[in-house]
Amino acid sequence: MGNTPIDMQLLNACAALLLLLSFAMLSQRRVVSLVNLLAMQGALLCIATLLLAWRTGNNHLYFSAALTLGLKVFLLPWLLHRLIRRLQVYWDTEPMLNIAGTMLVGLLIVVFAFGLAQPISALASTATRSAIGIAVAVILLAFLMMITRRKALSQVVGFLSMENGLFFGAMSATYGMPMVVELGVALDILVAMLVLGVFFFQIREQFDSLDLHHLERLREDK
Amino acid sequence: MEFLLLLCVPAGGAIALGVLGGRRRAPELNVAFSLATFIAACVLTARVVSEGNLLLFREWFFIDPFNVFLVALTAFVGLTTALFSRPYMRIEMEHGRVTARRLRLYHAMYQLFMLTMLVALTTNNMGLLWVAMEAATLSTVLLVTLYRTAASLEAGWKYFILCGVGIAQALFGTILLYFAAEKVLGAEGVTALLWTHLNSVKGQLEPAVLGLAFVFLLVGYGTKVGLAPLHNWLPDAHAEGPTPISAVLSGLLLNVAIYAVVRCKVLVEGSLQSSLPSQMLMGFGLVSVVLAAFLLWRQRDIKRLFAYSSIEHMGIITFAFGMGGAVANFAALLHMTVHSLTKSAIFFTVGHAAQKTGSQLMDDIRGLVTISPTIGWGLMLGTLAILGLPPFGVFASEFLILTTAMKQQPWAAPILLLALGVAFAAIFRRVQPMVFGETTAKRLPHPPALLPVFAHLAIVLALGVYVPPYLADWYRAAARLIGGP
Amino acid sequence: MNFSELATQVLEILAALAAAPLFLGWVNQCRAWLQNRSAPSLWLPYRSIRKLFYKDAVLAQNASALFRIAPYIVFGAMTVAAAIIPSMGTRMALSPVADAIALVGLFATARMFIALAAMDIGTAFGSLGARREMMVGFLAEPALLIIIFLASLLSATTALPAISEYLATQPLALHPSLAFTAVAFTMVLLAENARIPIDNPATHLELTMIHEALLLEYSARHLALMEWAAALKLFNYACIGFALFVPWGVATGNGPLQILVSIPVLALKLALAGAGLALIETLSAKLRVFRAPEFLATAFLFAVLGLLVHLLLGA
Repeated sequence: MGNTPIDMQLLNACAALLLLLSFAMLSQRRVVSLVNLLAMQGALLCIATLLLAWRTGNNHLYFSAALTLGLKVFLLPWLLHRLIRRLQVYWDTEPMLNIAGTMLVGLLIVVFAFGLAQPISALASTATRSAIGIAVAVILLAFLMMITRRKALSQVVGFLSMENGLFFGAMSATYGMPMVVELGVALDILVAMLVLGVFFFQIREQFDSLDLHHLERLREDK
Repeated sequence: MEFLLLLCVPAGGAIALGVLGGRRRAPELNVAFSLATFIAACVLTARVVSEGNLLLFREWFFIDPFNVFLVALTAFVGLTTALFSRPYMRIEMEHGRVTARRLRLYHAMYQLFMLTMLVALTTNNMGLLWVAMEAATLSTVLLVTLYRTAASLEAGWKYFILCGVGIAQALFGTILLYFAAEKVLGAEGVTALLWTHLNSVKGQLEPAVLGLAFVFLLVGYGTKVGLAPLHNWLPDAHAEGPTPISAVLSGLLLNVAIYAVVRCKVLVEGSLQSSLPSQMLMGFGLVSVVLAAFLLWRQRDIKRLFAYSSIEHMGIITFAFGMGGAVANFAALLHMTVHSLTKSAIFFTVGHAAQKTGSQLMDDIRGLVTISPTIGWGLMLGTLAILGLPPFGVFASEFLILTTAMKQQPWAAPILLLALGVAFAAIFRRVQPMVFGETTAKRLPHPPALLPVFAHLAIVLALGVYVPPYLADWYRAAARLIGGP
Repeated sequence: MNFSELATQVLEILAALAAAPLFLGWVNQCRAWLQNRSAPSLWLPYRSIRKLFYKDAVLAQNASALFRIAPYIVFGAMTVAAAIIPSMGTRMALSPVADAIALVGLFATARMFIALAAMDIGTAFGSLGARREMMVGFLAEPALLIIIFLASLLSATTALPAISEYLATQPLALHPSLAFTAVAFTMVLLAENARIPIDNPATHLELTMIHEALLLEYSARHLALMEWAAALKLFNYACIGFALFVPWGVATGNGPLQILVSIPVLALKLALAGAGLALIETLSAKLRVFRAPEFLATAFLFAVLGLLVHLLLGA
């Protein structure tokens, strides 16, 4: 174990920290901190992409890293912070499941994700194949976060975190998707954020709150 | 050239209507752009019929019998819906439910939505397919919330989050697909995500990875199809948005989503050499049919009623594609066509009916025949058609599907029959009093123009009686392409 | 077993017994400095232990034999624990039996006797403290076990000296798994030794106390042994931490020179660890008692994450 090269060690550390950040998000109740954690996740993703680009000499990964930096570290968190300030939502209410319970479910999810990723990792030829499991875990944990939160903004943070996990997965399994696809995905995310921004103001105007329990009136039998 | 027009017209339309969409003549402009798109689609279809498959723009786009018929259908329903929405939205504006600014948004997004669907249908790149599907969601979210009522916001939010999460699963599936393809096709260039290339090497793709990829792709795109248990967004989005949007969601978007699922299924089945994908499709399809049929009984809102009926029909189509084989595929394709035409026709009449009575609750709608015979008979005929009564086309396709099921999957046939029967009773018992019931409302002075409704129903009727040979050839070619056991 | 191993072993036990109160004094001194108080003498723990030994013991009328022997058992358990933790060298007389899981068992034994003795008299505070102590233990033990499992996985053995020796001889590398477990271990250490944020060692008779509540009924030599055992426990935990996370400098042979070198190294580590501990305690606020499970769940989470990261990334 001691003879892995230093860049691989750093990549592994990035992967481990990404997982840790996912758990931090699960336990965080302040919306502002959630956004900061999301930005940190983006930054880690960017560092990992850079390391990988440097290691593989794959030029399009540099662009990908720049895209991540611009979009996920600066633009999206900035947009979210602006939204938080203008909508004045600072705290999420108590999540559906208490924090310790969520954490335990989260751990089980990680185990499940590792199992799920096993066959893929076994076939991958990339140096980062062992990180695929972590990517799957990040995706599923973000999913868990979306399920257990009530505030619209926290759900969106979960959604973006899921997107981060997907990017990390694509990177560790195949050194990234073709550039055009990546650009398209990034564009979609950006547009999604803008649409959401509009959307939040509509919700706010209508309900005076961003709490999603107002949005539980439509049922199967109405 | 035609193809470039096909994509550029809605793109240009989105921009033009983004500027002018609030003007008085904007609905006509919308119709004009849709008409141009339809003409381009027709020319393109003619070219494919005469020249065979097309690969365009460095293989980025790909036209074969399977998608060209959907392109034509999409452009056609897009046109008729634009025709319908012209008077409909004008009345909505007179009622004060939308402002000029929202109308501008509506028109621009309508064209954008058409564009994304056409891109999704014609692209050869699985990644671009994903991007277009996500863009289709995004362009319709704000349309669902056009009225800014509490319920519409809730519907929009559900739509956004559920489809967003679903589509994220699909992205993961796409990544896995790329992962498997890259081993065979190499990462150089972008060929590893091109469907035609994937299709030619599908036997060499790693089965374990593709199996996993298919699960994610099916869950992802299946959310958009509205397959149970991921259907929750669908009735809400249909019920709370403006009616033209319900018509295109049901008539077109669901088709496009099924198209994406089937494209994936072809690849995965080729790689797996097992019936797993078929079984998954059949399972999801059957669950959707049964669940939707029983939930139909509990509906009180007319648009929700027909939204659940859409879930049911999507289930039937998915089931048929799951069975596979020449006949079932043929029937599924036919069913996609007739369902899309019939369901949009129904939504047109429902839209008018709800507008006249000022309520979407079925208990408030009574005696449509007395108020306006065209609306009443339109709704009645549309309902009979969608319920699968002969001689409409839905009967033909459902009959084919059922007989194939009896032969290939005898266990499923009784379940399907039961669900169809339940759905029939549930819908008919509701529609009958709406059309023929007692009413105190006065007869409308002049009948509303319902040309699109009767045009759709006429085509459905014609398809039920006689499928023209060139159309049948076309379906058969597509059915061969999809293959199956 | 040869003479030098035996000698090292005896030396280590004596050093642990002697240094434990000093370490406690050092932590208290650092804390005082950090909080701008004038620090108590480093030797205060020794003086209070000596003073307690000179006093006459007072026992409650209904105290059973268990109450009287508990301090000896607890003290004994901590001494044995100190003997098997490789704080100075990895080749000692007891090294062959120095199993990590046995170590956790020793701590558990001590905890059980403390809790039983606290309930023996039947006062409200005693039962309260016992209950809380068991709760903390119930949550902290799994975390500690998982930390040890990870180290065992890395070195393919559960023998503490072998683990320490293996880790000490590895080239320096980044191990996210070890970093996670180190965080978990620090949290467990704080909880198990009744430090802030779980308990406040500086106060007496507070409704939220844990450690002090357990010892309320003890006096004189019994109390002295109990306090000494508590100091030993802190010392032991620190040494486990060194063995797992900063093993460099521990004597891997049994030459007198190596042992001689390892003593100042250990002293240095202890000094730094004590200062660090004081810093953590100064920076954090005491949690409400019912928040303690959350704190320990986090520790458990870190430990399991470390384990999972190791299993997946092999790092």
